[in-house]
Amino acid sequence: MSVQLEHYLVLGAILFAIGFYGALSRRNAVAILMSIEIMFNAVNVTFVALSRYVTPTLLTGQVFAIFVITVAAGEAALGLAIIIGIYRSRATVHVDEMDLLKG
Amino acid sequence: MPDGLTIAFWVMAAITVIAAVGVVSVRNLFHAALFLVLSFAGVAGLFVTLEADFLAAVQVLIYAGAIAILTIFAIMLTREASQGNPANRIAGPVLLLAVLFAVGIAFILLSAQWPLSKELPLPETTTAIADALINRYVLAFEVAGVLLLVAMMGAFVMGKE
Repeated sequence: MSVQLEHYLVLGAILFAIGFYGALSRRNAVAILMSIEIMFNAVNVTFVALSRYVTPTLLTGQVFAIFVITVAAGEAALGLAIIIGIYRSRATVHVDEMDLLKG
Repeated sequence: MPDGLTIAFWVMAAITVIAAVGVVSVRNLFHAALFLVLSFAGVAGLFVTLEADFLAAVQVLIYAGAIAILTIFAIMLTREASQGNPANRIAGPVLLLAVLFAVGIAFILLSAQWPLSKELPLPETTTAIADALINRYVLAFEVAGVLLLVAMMGAFVMGKE
């Protein structure tokens, strides 16, 4: 049995679920950002697979994946800068200890 | 007898999923970052099996290169790798929710009818992507440039003492 579109889509769903679990269950903010990157990758796999099997000559999904990568790069740079800034002032990267706004 | 593309897909899929599980489960945060690089490389291989040559190169350069280095720098600068990668209180329910999500989405995907195209994919995609970016999607392209500029200035201001 050769590889079909459904193989890639199910793989994307599994990867997204792994990233979802990591993003909601980790305490370290850097680990949460890494899990979010896994979710971005899952979405990219889905986009490129649909582009390959549904619109092979238009490349719509591939162009969208490039924009996803652009936003992911900006998010990683800014998110890690914010984490380092918080570490500097609060000496922690655990999200449950960042409770400055808690009443 | 499976063909080469099928073998390549299963190998890359196994590498990607196992490395992703490693990212969210190993105790040492630095090892998690190395697993993340492996997972990105596996996704780049999947892009090759999908005949997306330009995206595979971009994936290696930006994800496995830039974002992984940035993540490792953040881990080093915050010196919390010694404290491990602890889970919070809701890890159990979230695991159940993630499994339910994957099973539910897979069920929907496998029961759907996809409008598959009979056309062959382009032999090389770089020219076509460049054409699409500066003709059909030129506005999104410009906005992405502004977004990157804002992100760069924001990271600069945030990272400053």
